[in-house]
Amino acid sequence: MDLNFTPEEEAFRQEVRDFFAENLPDDIRDAVKNGGELTKEIMERYHAILNKKGWLATTWPKEFGGPGWGPVERHIFDEESCAAYAPRIVPFGLGMLGPVLQKFGSKEQQDYYLPRILNGDDWWCQGYSEPGAGSDLASLKTRAVKDGDEWVINGQKTWTTLGQHADWIFCLVRTDPDVKQQEGISFILVDMSTPGVEVRPIKLIEGGHEVNEVFFTDVRVPLKNLVGEENKGWTIAKYLLTHERTGIAGVGFSMLELEEVKALSKKIMRNGKPLAEDPLFAARVAQAEIDLEAMKLTNLRMLFTAQKNGSPGPETSILKIKGTVINQELKDLRRRALGPNAAPFPGSLSGSNLDVAPEGHANNAARYFNNRKTSIFGGSNEIQRNILTKTMLGL
Amino acid sequence: MNFDLTEDRQMLQDSLRRYLGDKYQIEHRNKVAYAEPFHDPAKWGELTELGALFALAPEDAGGMGGAGFDISVVFEELGRVLCPEPVLGALMASRLMTAAGADQEALLSGETRYAVGLGELDAPYDLSGLSTTVKDGKVSGRKSVVYGGQAADVFLIAAKDGDSLSVYEVQASDASVTGYAMMDGAGAAEVVLEDAPAKLLLADADAAIEDAVNAGVVALCSEAVGAMDVLHKMTVEYLGQRKQFGRPIGTFQVLQHRAVDMLTEIEQSRSIVIKAAAELGGPDATRYASMAKNLIGRAGRLVAEEAIQMHGGIAMTWEYPGSHYAKRIIMIDAQLGDTDYHLSRVAQVA
Repeated sequence: MDLNFTPEEEAFRQEVRDFFAENLPDDIRDAVKNGGELTKEIMERYHAILNKKGWLATTWPKEFGGPGWGPVERHIFDEESCAAYAPRIVPFGLGMLGPVLQKFGSKEQQDYYLPRILNGDDWWCQGYSEPGAGSDLASLKTRAVKDGDEWVINGQKTWTTLGQHADWIFCLVRTDPDVKQQEGISFILVDMSTPGVEVRPIKLIEGGHEVNEVFFTDVRVPLKNLVGEENKGWTIAKYLLTHERTGIAGVGFSMLELEEVKALSKKIMRNGKPLAEDPLFAARVAQAEIDLEAMKLTNLRMLFTAQKNGSPGPETSILKIKGTVINQELKDLRRRALGPNAAPFPGSLSGSNLDVAPEGHANNAARYFNNRKTSIFGGSNEIQRNILTKTMLGL
Repeated sequence: MNFDLTEDRQMLQDSLRRYLGDKYQIEHRNKVAYAEPFHDPAKWGELTELGALFALAPEDAGGMGGAGFDISVVFEELGRVLCPEPVLGALMASRLMTAAGADQEALLSGETRYAVGLGELDAPYDLSGLSTTVKDGKVSGRKSVVYGGQAADVFLIAAKDGDSLSVYEVQASDASVTGYAMMDGAGAAEVVLEDAPAKLLLADADAAIEDAVNAGVVALCSEAVGAMDVLHKMTVEYLGQRKQFGRPIGTFQVLQHRAVDMLTEIEQSRSIVIKAAAELGGPDATRYASMAKNLIGRAGRLVAEEAIQMHGGIAMTWEYPGSHYAKRIIMIDAQLGDTDYHLSRVAQVA
């Protein structure tokens, strides 16, 4: 047992830290810190900064323009980028479609799409979930039918994150309705400007706009937009679900969140004493810190296994479940720390010079409610438990 | 022993349920709850005509109720529709005015809207640290997150007066009021007082304020029970309707058990509120009000979070009514003392 990183890994950490100190613009850092809107402009600018350094596509091998990092380097990069208040890289092109094209795409698709993803020419979004196909994704109904040299697509996708910015969407569609559900699904790329594609915003619980519905009405795309083999889309979907899941615990974000909670509890006063001295609140923070400390090690242990075996195992579902729950608890503490002062609806007090919360915390309640999504999306925590039941317990 | 409502309270419940169910359907509720003045002034008049406010005050103060169970009946119904009207302020003001023997006809008829300014930025729950002061009959200080303050005509302000607290009446026109919508809808305000002309309502008001807070706690807990009951029913209905893997998700045992855990907590909540309502005004009122607020803080979080989780994405949307119930239930915890604050009070009072 040795819990230390190697000298090379420590040197790499310092390099990443220095890079962010020197290159992350203040306005981007402040937007992350204050929970402000990460606009398309901000994200494209941030991606370009990383791309210039060659660190944008953290999971890509060198041959496709990635840094060729292993799990430990990616982990160090994630931790340091979080600690620097850098945004989370938008995953749809870089973390999802890129690896899919590298494994399943044609040479032509790789040569065309991958450089465009790196350069930020195309903003991608994901067309997986449907109103009737959430946890039961394989029951999806959006239909693609061959007509000459085109696919004709009809149906609806939902929960399409940042689809309002997207130029392209990668979709799971039904190409054979007469076989077992999983065997009639294909993976197809659709240009969002194609006639018949319509994006409608979904307003979230806290009032924000991140996700959308995407409607397809007689949308015609070239046959060559199929990725991999026809009716083998489920294999791709499964590959994506297990690909590079070591970052899924969000440990870096939770570590930052814990520091925020602690700093906040020292600032908030309750009858002449800082909230940090309230034994009940302090106990809640300590409890979260204990869970997070264990999570850090659980994450590293799985990282180590992934490094050794070349790929992460199904046990990474544990990281998704516990990682999201810990982060949700920390968001609860942020809101709780403000007490009644978490009440104002975000923006409702704008134009007034009356602060109801320390800087960066006025939207703590909104963050708490928004964050409830993390135990639902990307395979709900119930689905993760089903995966663990099958793979780890063999039941 | 009898846990049935009296005939009068049953009639009050029936008429409120009919009226509110009809007039505060969720689309309308959301429209008024998030747009200035963050309630519906026309319906405020109708609601008061139904006697909702008269039920909150005892007969000798000009009302027709005032007992814990009267408050409970009214607020549970308000909770069932997430009613954004500033009734909490009226209730707490009425308790203070009853203690002062003040005329409250204008309050109970709904003609004059009252809000009560207790908490401050650095003293949101425990009022021993208030910094609002009085000098020569003028009040200075800042009251934070005053519920219903955005729509109030008159504020009752708790201020430090030597070693004890006093309650002063301040006209809204003499205060600087910044109103806003709350996360869960309805309005509140930051109320800044700078040598504001004030009329003394109550000196040595600590006990009266404690009673007003206890009444407010019974009200909020009842409101939470109403909202939790609706959200739970919505969840169970969804479990029965939503199909995945070829069958209703309510046939999965793991979800069945979690829905039952919600039910168990709601029944426990209902029980502790009955106890707190029964004790309101008596010597042990504070202890039981705190027990109720603590239990409901814990139960509310479970019910709201589990309801969202079991619905999945749909309950993360503004369009789905359940999301608004979840928000209200969670945010109630931060009104008039949260789970931890009331836990420490139970520990002290015991």
